[in-house]
Amino acid sequence: MGHPPTYDHAESSELGEMDLRVRSLQTLLTAKGYIDPAALDVLIETYETRIGPRNGARVVARAWTDAVFRKWLLQDATAAIASLGYAGRQGENMVALENTDSRHNIVVCTLCSCYPWPVLGLPPTWYKSAPYRARAVKDPRAVLAEFGVTLPDSIEIRVWDSTAEVRYLVIPQRPAGTESWSEEQLASLVTRDSMIGTGLAKSPGDRA
Amino acid sequence: MSYLSHADLGGRDRQGRVVPEPEGELFHAAWQRRALALTLAMGATGVWSIDMSRRARETLPDYRSLSYYEIWIKALEKLVIEHDLVDAAEIAAARMLRPARPVPRVLRAAEVPAVLSTGSPTQRPAGTTARFVTGQQVRTRAGEMGHHTRLPGYARGKTGRIERLHGVHVFADTHAHGSGEQPQWLYTVAFTARELWGEDASPSLTVSIDAWEPYLEPVA
Repeated sequence: MGHPPTYDHAESSELGEMDLRVRSLQTLLTAKGYIDPAALDVLIETYETRIGPRNGARVVARAWTDAVFRKWLLQDATAAIASLGYAGRQGENMVALENTDSRHNIVVCTLCSCYPWPVLGLPPTWYKSAPYRARAVKDPRAVLAEFGVTLPDSIEIRVWDSTAEVRYLVIPQRPAGTESWSEEQLASLVTRDSMIGTGLAKSPGDRA
Repeated sequence: MSYLSHADLGGRDRQGRVVPEPEGELFHAAWQRRALALTLAMGATGVWSIDMSRRARETLPDYRSLSYYEIWIKALEKLVIEHDLVDAAEIAAARMLRPARPVPRVLRAAEVPAVLSTGSPTQRPAGTTARFVTGQQVRTRAGEMGHHTRLPGYARGKTGRIERLHGVHVFADTHAHGSGEQPQWLYTVAFTARELWGEDASPSLTVSIDAWEPYLEPVA
């Protein structure tokens, strides 16, 4: 095996060729009647604007402010998440993982790129990359350091490899100093990476 | 029977750094949007399953040198040829040279929201009692499997503990090869890092996989 591809190199050297190749394939599959080109536009628009990590942030903020919802989320995440309108493809069997003072959860898919689409949208490039998939299960503290996160040795790191059709959502710890915050304000502190476990929720002072 | 997956990366050494990216950065070229949409739309025809897609991707000989959406497109070309929807000459010519074959469904624009929000549930009614209970010690199968599998190499021949039961689910190992759903009980199995990586591993690290029952044996 060669060097792991660096993303920019792979994109810039392949751009023209891949652009042509994908266009040709689309033309052929459309001519055959297997696809409706209008459906492609709707699919892209959906994952660019409607299904993304703001959905998950809303789930987390609700769990932070509503003890009944939190309990439901931890017992039956699929149903609790569906009650907020998020369900379906790549989120058919959801499990929520709560970070605590003694445990930090991290999610990976070492075999491909399994990821909870209804709550987080499409996975970021690094989540699908060889370095993350190889290292998250063996040396997660070093991976966390690359995200600027350092946790005390006393905290257990719990890594969940998504090897079947169960999809995991991390519930990060609620930041201190947010006692009076509304659910909507709290959601703005919940980053995508904090729901994968490679980050923490933002502190009130970090809020953009 | 030999089967080689190039996608089983857990625990491999000599990998580079992880490069974080901003939240809104989903695509790095326009063709990648189209690659995503084509893959989803063709998946929706129902000609193959997601397990067959994974099998097509992980067996691409140049998997490790491709970017992720390149993997998706090359696997899609392979799938449409394998399932006789298109032939290689048509891909080379970039035009239709013979009539289309019927497919179970064509995804229309108006149906996209409903299709996405339904998804493809893999849970099936339980026809058997689960062999293992929470807290039980189990050992995973060792060695080569000879077919598509979701038991990662780093977790083969290891002793772990059943942590959760997830019900009965379509079995990826058979489904990927067109041998039917053959639903099996699915468990979360947790391992200490020392069991997986040796005595020098962190005592404060636990790693779990989701494992179908045929991957597991009881520890006496």
